[in-house]
Amino acid sequence: MQNDIDGIRGKVRAYILENLLFTSDASQLDDDASLLERGIIDSTGVLEIVMFLEEEFGIKVKDSDMLPENFDKVESIARFVGRSMGTA
Amino acid sequence: MRPQRLLHDSLLAACEADGGAAKNAVIVEGRAHTYAELFDAASRLASALHDRGVQRGDRVAIYMDNTWPCVVSIFATLLAGGAFLIVNPQTKSDKLAFILEDSGARVLLTDAHLAKEYRAALDGVRAKPAVIASGMSADEAESFDAVIANAVPLRQRMPTIPLDLAALIYTSGSTGNPKGVMQTHQSMAFACGSLVEYLRLGPEDRILCALPLAFDYGLYQLLMSVRLGATLVLERSFTFPAQVFARMRETRVTVFPGVPTVFAMLLAAHGREPLSFPDVARVTNTAAALPDDFALRLREVFPNALIYKMYGLTECKRVSYLEPELVDAKPGSVGKAIPGTEIYLLAADGREVPAGEVGILHVRGPHVMLGYWNRPGLTEVMLKPGKLPGERVLCTQDHFRMDDEGFLYFVGRTDDIIKTRGEKVSPVEVENVLHAIAGIREAAVVGVPDDVLGQAIRAYVVPNAGASLNEREIRAQCAARLENFMVPRDIVFCDDLPRTTTGKVSRKALLENPPA
Repeated sequence: MQNDIDGIRGKVRAYILENLLFTSDASQLDDDASLLERGIIDSTGVLEIVMFLEEEFGIKVKDSDMLPENFDKVESIARFVGRSMGTA
Repeated sequence: MRPQRLLHDSLLAACEADGGAAKNAVIVEGRAHTYAELFDAASRLASALHDRGVQRGDRVAIYMDNTWPCVVSIFATLLAGGAFLIVNPQTKSDKLAFILEDSGARVLLTDAHLAKEYRAALDGVRAKPAVIASGMSADEAESFDAVIANAVPLRQRMPTIPLDLAALIYTSGSTGNPKGVMQTHQSMAFACGSLVEYLRLGPEDRILCALPLAFDYGLYQLLMSVRLGATLVLERSFTFPAQVFARMRETRVTVFPGVPTVFAMLLAAHGREPLSFPDVARVTNTAAALPDDFALRLREVFPNALIYKMYGLTECKRVSYLEPELVDAKPGSVGKAIPGTEIYLLAADGREVPAGEVGILHVRGPHVMLGYWNRPGLTEVMLKPGKLPGERVLCTQDHFRMDDEGFLYFVGRTDDIIKTRGEKVSPVEVENVLHAIAGIREAAVVGVPDDVLGQAIRAYVVPNAGASLNEREIRAQCAARLENFMVPRDIVFCDDLPRTTTGKVSRKALLENPPA
């Protein structure tokens, strides 16, 4: 399971770096940084991440799941995906 | 009854009303603060501002998210006799430096998590403001909480009169640099009164604000709410709609202000999982036209709400609104002048335009700005001699037509300003950033139609011969220097740009005949 989370986290981080920060420099993004406070995500940014997760991991993200506790950090996104895949 | 001459008289009146002091003034991300708390914190910060050199008429910059400290800072500045200016927290250091320099702000009130940007900005400012930051600060900025805890509440009334500046509201200009719209206590207090009148709001209302307080539409939700002694439900943004919806239900929000992009997202969410907010009694739209079919579908989500279509510009706060009962009878119209004001259409030569013909919208009333801070030339373009000697009316430069009953219809803008997600974007501002990128010879920016955004930003880029440039690098540099909503969605590489006969790049031709 831990391996899965590590793999998910890596993919999520890479996606955000590439598509929202436009870089591949991993030092630009800590897993525990608030994406909102860093100004990395806004409403369209969240939707982009959701579309990526649905496509990449085959999960279904409900509107009611789109909350800061699930989406404000790379770490919380990875855990959310892990839970969603576990229950799918 | 206390007269409402100054913008912050509303706060004093709200505290003095029966039961007013104990009433919730704002609920910020679920946490409630009473009017007494707001007055106490603002009075303390006001005396702290005096201690840091703020005198009557001085500007105080507020570079913060939608938070309790931001609300306190607004009223503290007014109580101290100063004029506030709110900078969107997405603003990057170069633009922040420009605004700090232009306004001559004596104090910068900010959030610790914005340190990277504000510190870089301060390097470029000659007269450094004192800095007070909320949250965990890692630098020399004073702590917002400590400053408030250590200050003695200001008891003295400042000699402010209604003609004094209350705020500078920075807005995008077609020249690329933002300009500060000067609004006095009189103009803002008047606008507040007019708005709550036609929106038919009262002290029992709970008004949602998830729009940035840096945007005057967001700011006025707070000002109206305090004016009424009502409760503001303040959210950071619409980034997490499910959270905003939950809070709306918890606090039984009665007023929902949005822009078309917000309504598009709301309706899309409604399409996936039905939404209903029966407590909401007013829905308002401005910043860009609300498509007619939106109004229809919004009734499913807000079954008990009156829907207001409005039009405005920062230079007079708001121009017009359509009575909600007429939404079906007058499709496409933004209604008539707000109470206490007048609007008319003039041709370019100054003659009055008959009903049905297109003219330039002019606005007359106490809500019209005093001018642009430090920009007498630009002020001359927008404020023209009026009907009475010495009076000035606002020439909006926007094209409208009026039907034979005096209802107003938007036709188009006369400048190149792009409206995306309800925000005004100057193409020049984006082009300036593109031109600074090594390898770009030339760039032009236009707005293209988009169902959700209103307009999306498209950049046409001509690279230097042999330059290796890719979209990602360009976006990265834009994101480092521009607010998120200004970063081009589309980047199109081309060999050359279409020009006018005088050799200037033609944005019009780019829209009509896009380069392959």
